[in-house]
Amino acid sequence: MKTLISLIVFGVLLTSASVSQAQCKNFAKKVCKLELTPYIHDGNFNAAILTEGEDAELFKTFYAGQEYRIAVCGSETLAKVEFKVMDVERRVLFTNVSKNFAPSWDFKVEATQQLIISVVVHNNPNSTPDNMSSGCVSIMFGLKTD
Amino acid sequence: MALGCKSSKLNRIFTVIMAFAMLGCASDPGKKERIEVEVSDDATVEAAREGIQTARQIFYSLPSPLETAMILKRAGAKYNEEILNPVENLSKYTTNKSMALNLGIYSTDLSYASLFDQTQASIKYMSASKKLAENLGILNAIDNAIIQRLEENVNNREVIMDIISETFLNTNSILEENDRVAVGAIILVGGWIEGLYIATSLVGDVKTSDNELIERIIDQKLSLGTVINLLDQHKGNADIKDVMKDVMSLKTIFDEVKIAVSQIEAIPQEGGVTTLRSSNVTSVSPEVFAKLKEQVKTIRKSYTL
Repeated sequence: MKTLISLIVFGVLLTSASVSQAQCKNFAKKVCKLELTPYIHDGNFNAAILTEGEDAELFKTFYAGQEYRIAVCGSETLAKVEFKVMDVERRVLFTNVSKNFAPSWDFKVEATQQLIISVVVHNNPNSTPDNMSSGCVSIMFGLKTD
Repeated sequence: MALGCKSSKLNRIFTVIMAFAMLGCASDPGKKERIEVEVSDDATVEAAREGIQTARQIFYSLPSPLETAMILKRAGAKYNEEILNPVENLSKYTTNKSMALNLGIYSTDLSYASLFDQTQASIKYMSASKKLAENLGILNAIDNAIIQRLEENVNNREVIMDIISETFLNTNSILEENDRVAVGAIILVGGWIEGLYIATSLVGDVKTSDNELIERIIDQKLSLGTVINLLDQHKGNADIKDVMKDVMSLKTIFDEVKIAVSQIEAIPQEGGVTTLRSSNVTSVSPEVFAKLKEQVKTIRKSYTL
């Protein structure tokens, strides 16, 4: 009986995870992608459910001559979402903290570089350990066309 | 839009169960690398937050087929349909691995053709991609309405690129949703190999050819590390293991290619676009380039035939 209950609970949890992923997909497609306009989205999907205080990092090579827009969006249940762009030595090249947590940044690289995009969901000062917000965070890249 | 939720103890227990479930799934450990998950029941807010802060999600993002095609065109590549993978090969792809690799390959061919305004080829490769996506069980990522939109906008490159981008996003997100991220990784690597194959095929003689295309080929040494890390996240998967062997054979050659990267300086420009100023010093000998070209050709042949 205990095994059956465990299986049911596990099944419900898996279903919940799938529903969350589906919400995240819709958020990325319907909300975050709009931040890229007029750039063309590269087509990659980088999104996850994060809880306040959690962070994520993305590693990507950016190519010489190409102009990019990075959009980092958090669903409205989350407090501020901070993102930083760093080189491989982790020197900060951009942070949206100084831009009032702007969700996007446009740049081009003179020489091809691997960069790290670091994302942190800020804590909500009113949260308690039993009452912390979670939501979808999406990192998307736009490409400027000629 | 009200996404997300207030997390409770149950949510955190759920996170731990999910983390163990993902780590324990040896055949496909999932895209996210949870380095450590620790949930504290301490009463203080800070202790709980520190516990959560130990969970970090890591993404390795490869250039998408669309970006690869744009890089090729910007570097001065010309269009040559003869080097693309003929759609007649479609019936040969019956295993998950071959379907995923060739979905990536056809996606790059589709992007390359569309950037050069090759309408008929674009429609042909979109249809081939649709078929492979369906065979892989990625239903509705590319539907008939998309093909029809493509046909209706043959003279509008921006719209075509947007349609292609949307199909990639659909494919990637459906795979993620269905916990099939290893398949997504193989598709991306297939697309990356095809980009490398097209680029190296278009360079005849390394001593006299256009330098920018060679520079972009050399630059793939930087993406190679991302490819390896991406595949390593799914190393329990047998198909990934096979692909990793091919990628490591390229690494052996790329180890002989030199890239010295200078420090980057961020220079804000008018119009809000920042320039990241730096200069790379790169070099590749004709012998190493020839080896690379040959190995890429061998790998690509093994994927397509």
